[in-house]
Amino acid sequence: MSKQVTDILIVGVGGQGTLLTSRILADVAVQMGYDVKVSEVHGMAQRGGSVVTQVRYGKKVYSPIIKKGDADILLAFEKLEAARWLDYLKPDGMVIINDERVDPLPVMSGKVKYPEDIVDRIQNLVPNTRLINATEIARQCGNTRAANVVLVGVLAAVASLPVQEMKNAIQTLVPEKAIEINLKAFEEGMGVIAS
Amino acid sequence: MKRLMIGNEAIARGAYEAGATVAAAYPGTPSTEIVSSFAEFDDVYAEWSPNEKVALEVGIGASIGGARTLVAMKHVGVNVAADPLYTFAYTGVNGGLVLISADDPGMHSSQNEQDNRGYGRFAKIPVLEPSDSQEALEFCKMGFDISEKFDTPVMLRITTRLAHSQTMVEVGSKQEYEIKGYKKNAAKYVMLPANARARHVEVEKRMLELKEYAESSEINWVELADTSIGIITSGVPYQYVKEAMPGVSILKLGMVNPLPETLIKEFAQKVDRLLIIEELEPVIEDQIKSWGIQVEGKELFSLLGEYSPELIEKVLKGVNNEDRYGLVKEIPGRPPLLCPGCPHRGVFYTLRKMRLMVAGDIGCYTLGALSPLDGMDTTICMGASIGTAMGMEKARGEEFAEKMVAVIGDSTFVHSGITPLIDIVYNQGTSTVLILDNDTTAMTGHQEHPATGKTITNQPTRKLDLVALVKSIGIENVQVVDPLKLDELQNALKEELARREPSVIIAKRPCALIETKPSGVKYYVDPELCTGCKICIRIGCTGINFLDEERIAVMNDNNCAGCGLCPQICKFDAIKVLEV
Repeated sequence: MSKQVTDILIVGVGGQGTLLTSRILADVAVQMGYDVKVSEVHGMAQRGGSVVTQVRYGKKVYSPIIKKGDADILLAFEKLEAARWLDYLKPDGMVIINDERVDPLPVMSGKVKYPEDIVDRIQNLVPNTRLINATEIARQCGNTRAANVVLVGVLAAVASLPVQEMKNAIQTLVPEKAIEINLKAFEEGMGVIAS
Repeated sequence: MKRLMIGNEAIARGAYEAGATVAAAYPGTPSTEIVSSFAEFDDVYAEWSPNEKVALEVGIGASIGGARTLVAMKHVGVNVAADPLYTFAYTGVNGGLVLISADDPGMHSSQNEQDNRGYGRFAKIPVLEPSDSQEALEFCKMGFDISEKFDTPVMLRITTRLAHSQTMVEVGSKQEYEIKGYKKNAAKYVMLPANARARHVEVEKRMLELKEYAESSEINWVELADTSIGIITSGVPYQYVKEAMPGVSILKLGMVNPLPETLIKEFAQKVDRLLIIEELEPVIEDQIKSWGIQVEGKELFSLLGEYSPELIEKVLKGVNNEDRYGLVKEIPGRPPLLCPGCPHRGVFYTLRKMRLMVAGDIGCYTLGALSPLDGMDTTICMGASIGTAMGMEKARGEEFAEKMVAVIGDSTFVHSGITPLIDIVYNQGTSTVLILDNDTTAMTGHQEHPATGKTITNQPTRKLDLVALVKSIGIENVQVVDPLKLDELQNALKEELARREPSVIIAKRPCALIETKPSGVKYYVDPELCTGCKICIRIGCTGINFLDEERIAVMNDNNCAGCGLCPQICKFDAIKVLEV
């Protein structure tokens, strides 16, 4: 059975801006006329915990959450989180990883080590893995906080999402004074895939 | 045009379209956005109440006063409001009242995962359960009609997944609703035994009528397809069933109390194998089994946690995608933690250092219980810290109380910390209570409360003076300290713990996320002075990291809030102000 619904799992660390990314994506899917469901995380996990936002769109979507083994794209704002949620990816799915390391408490307190080779291991398991230094690209655009929108640009390129609708969504959803930097971040993100 | 809305926003919209003009709530994940969204409509009144009991009582008053009224709370909030709820179930309403119970299967942000559909059966009120945002809007509207038609409060039971998932909603227009007239009716609203006995008769009659309604209402429906399997379900699990088991027959219940017995029996007869898929308690299952119908439910599906489409596939189809890549076990956990600059961090560091027993409470500061701070001995429910401390003292003696504090946030203290503090004074306890006053209800996303001096719509109001309040209760020893000044905090604790009298210390500093002025101070670790002792790492702050190879600490400038806590902790003065 071919998949009728596009499933995108966005994962990261509470506070990294995953919610904005999912809202931009969902806004575009609505503009494209799809049925859309988005599952968000509020509350305790937002305080630096592991967070996941799930975006699903297609002709008809039932569950707001994605089944393990179904996600078309796993977009990870942090390396460890990519590994944590990897089982959600479908066998020929794509992983986009922001080259960012955020130590969780057990690592900070020295109880366990951060698995340094985690990206290599993911790449060995999933051939379709892209490592993006979104934070650095955002810094060049003028603000590291736009890293999430760099990743939106990457996503737009790999999922062939309509550029103008994406830009409209960014303009609607980011604060006015940040629009210019974010549009630049978006274009740079798209460029990473084109190049 | 359809647009995306989280369930909570859709509920607020539904109440607005139904003509509701009063709403009350105490913030609590996953319910918070319901009344904060409702407050944004024109010509309505909305409030953050001090707690859920007050919220429901305000709602009851507004309903008796003739207005359609929305009251919202998280599942455990209904426990706080249970006392008025059970009796309001007897009096019934004037203007319709819909009570939202936002349950949290899986405990994303809660201390238990109780199933509040049980309240519906226990209080004998109808319970509706939507499965997406569109239904949340429509069921909320319907709830007001049912409430008035059957003269009962209606519970709309949602779960975290409904509350915080965005799905497509077609909004309707606002219905004109004229506030109902008020006429004194003591037989209905004064629940003296003689009146209550008469009302109980009405309650039982009403339940029979509601059962009839459930049989024919469009809120429950059958999707007949492949009859080899028939699944009875409700709420978001309905969506999981549609996703995981396409083509099966489904009885979808929108009203989960009372149940449509005939409809269920007819459905049971049409299918070969009958299953019930309901999260948490076997509320529907137990009733159906009591009618002598053979059905499978909790034999197959867990009493624990949140369900998912993959869980249903796993149980019914044997599909297993667990740990396909073998990575999961090796990935260090990432528990939530206090933010950089959080004023609570130094408090828990100090309590631990002083080796105190800590009776804790509910809020962001409950994160102080986690490693490496490990700063809490108990956490039960909102306001429990103070009574728990009193009980520990009475069990173990005043000497024990010298090594123990109750720790409670400002919003939680106003919610339900005042009465146990009165108990300490009245019954001659000597405990020390530490109020962590960060000037907001932080965990739920920064809502106002009586001691912030602002209302739900950000209007200035009389600010509750916590110092004057605790003094008026009879606490004679009250100190206000800055929790980022560790010496000040520790001295106050030493002084008050040594006293054989009750004391309150208010650790006052705004939440790091609402304090808009950054400190402007940057720090660096002097590698010559750092001995690699890691004491600064043990405060669990993402603003400072440890380099394993170099064996030294280093500031993480992206995260550091410049709060100045770690320099106070370093014994070697290695963390210094960066002169710019």
